[in-house]
Amino acid sequence: MRLRKLVLRELFERKSQVITGLMAILLGITVIVAIKNITFYSEKAVARELDALGANILVLPKSVTLQNYYSADMQGEEIPEEYVERLTQSNLQGVDNLSPKLSVPVEIQGHRFTLTGILPKSEFQAKAVWQTAGVFSRPEGCGTVASIPGLTPEPPKETLVRTRVIETLSSAEALVGADVAATLGVKANDTISVMGKTFTVAAVLPETGTVDDSRVFAHLHTVQEIAGKGRAVNVIEIVGCCDQISKGLASRINGLLPEAKVVTIAQVVDTQIKTNRMMSSLSMVFVAVIVLVGGASIANYMYGNVHERRREIGTLMALGAGSGLVLKMFLLKALLLGLAGGVAGYVLGTVLALLLGPKLAGIIVLPMPTLMPWAIGISVFIALVASYFPARRAAWLDPFATLQEV
Amino acid sequence: MMKMETVTKTYNHRGPAVTVLNNVNLEIPQGDFVSIVGPSGSGKSTLLLMLGGMLSPSRGRVEIDGESLYDLAPDERATVRRKKVGFVFQTFNLVPYLSAVENVQIPLFLAGLGESEQQERASSLLSRLGLGDRLQHKPLELSVGQQQRVALARTLANDPPIILADEPTGSLDPETSAQVIAFLEQMNEEGRTVVVVTHDPKVAQKAKRSLKLDGGKISFGNREVS
Repeated sequence: MRLRKLVLRELFERKSQVITGLMAILLGITVIVAIKNITFYSEKAVARELDALGANILVLPKSVTLQNYYSADMQGEEIPEEYVERLTQSNLQGVDNLSPKLSVPVEIQGHRFTLTGILPKSEFQAKAVWQTAGVFSRPEGCGTVASIPGLTPEPPKETLVRTRVIETLSSAEALVGADVAATLGVKANDTISVMGKTFTVAAVLPETGTVDDSRVFAHLHTVQEIAGKGRAVNVIEIVGCCDQISKGLASRINGLLPEAKVVTIAQVVDTQIKTNRMMSSLSMVFVAVIVLVGGASIANYMYGNVHERRREIGTLMALGAGSGLVLKMFLLKALLLGLAGGVAGYVLGTVLALLLGPKLAGIIVLPMPTLMPWAIGISVFIALVASYFPARRAAWLDPFATLQEV
Repeated sequence: MMKMETVTKTYNHRGPAVTVLNNVNLEIPQGDFVSIVGPSGSGKSTLLLMLGGMLSPSRGRVEIDGESLYDLAPDERATVRRKKVGFVFQTFNLVPYLSAVENVQIPLFLAGLGESEQQERASSLLSRLGLGDRLQHKPLELSVGQQQRVALARTLANDPPIILADEPTGSLDPETSAQVIAFLEQMNEEGRTVVVVTHDPKVAQKAKRSLKLDGGKISFGNREVS
């Protein structure tokens, strides 16, 4: 006979009571695990969508009102290019990419297009003070697109339309939009003359259905030079990590650049922020509910169990058991109940998430083993706290009252 | 040696206070066999529990081997019980979810013995009491007489020098009663002190001394000894 055996025997003797006592805590843990699991993969899915969208934060001149995401750089107002350096030399975290742009209207072979100067990533990335901990570092859980310089192959230039960023671009190279290429009849490696400067077409960009199709992209400094604009840009497009945007990246950028206007792609990000907040609040509500209901249920069960076992407790005391042993006996029982509730709640919650994730959120959900210690921890904590007073009552029972028939 | 000095016990549950023991003095030397008789509600159970360190007196002093029980901390009293006192209950008080052998193991577990030694000693005791083929049976799977024998084995597990029994034959048929009485006699013959509360004249007759408890006072036959 050992204490553990004594407790286990009693638990298995009263299985139905144990299950009833555990039900509230079990269901609570199940729901929390399911919500956490679905939320995690939902956030990942939205982050992937935002990454695919490209820039989700725009830095604009203060006086500008954003009318169109794709033509944010065509409003004529300017901000200093020096803002890019401020950003790259800051310790902000959660910025995946930066893309400063300067746009000027141009006429090529009698057709009106937009010449847009962009700064390839290779130029400003080298200026970032901290390559691993600074502006381009990705906090844990941030985004889904990993870019490891030197290991990740350089993407083709056509991805500019998706990522809003290009890795390299020489001063004599240009990228032309689909409409420009069709109108002018140019293809890769042809040359075009814009504002008196000749560019080699590095690539023709795929059709997007936006104003980008009518653009000619060239190196920012070349555009600044031929347009006589000096070191100025119209907009800095930022690909921010979705998770960090919801944690206030835009306001941190605004703090860094108080003279500029910082706008997020409100609809997408706001929805994500609201969803995240709702899920987070819902989780907290469930935690509160489980603590109260689960705790009350366990406490009620334990008080009942102590009452029911008074004679047994009295007998143990008559045989020489001290109050410490009785206390340990009930707390060990609570620990085992908490463990069982946590493990079962984790398993049920995971199964629920796997089943409901695709139906409710339209996403694939995978099991998250990291939630298991969390589920067990909260379950054990509730069971122990809720059982402490019943256990103490058992430990200090008057042996005489329990053995009145003697 | 067990000793009670000017012990008074008063209960204050609902209504006026009730004094069940009134200034009682009692000495029970080692190896004695004492029966305590008296009408229901006369305080027999109270006296027995006090001797076993389970119920503190309102006034007075209770000693076992010169040690004042109620001057000890509760856990120290539990240690005294574990080492020196064996209770025999009228309703046996077996733990319902444990087997016969596991019930007998409880005092051995409380004494800190290893599991294999517990099992060995418990099995041996039950075999001596004729229950060698019932080791794994739970109390509800045993007859009343068998349950009482399991309870007796549990009482003897730690080889206590004092046996305190309350109506040990109260729930038994005549044949089993005779076995239990014989067993108490044997325990006494082995040198243990036996104090038994009983209504059964057969049990009372087997004792070396018979004490009568009435009106809060103890008397020996017609002679008051307090």
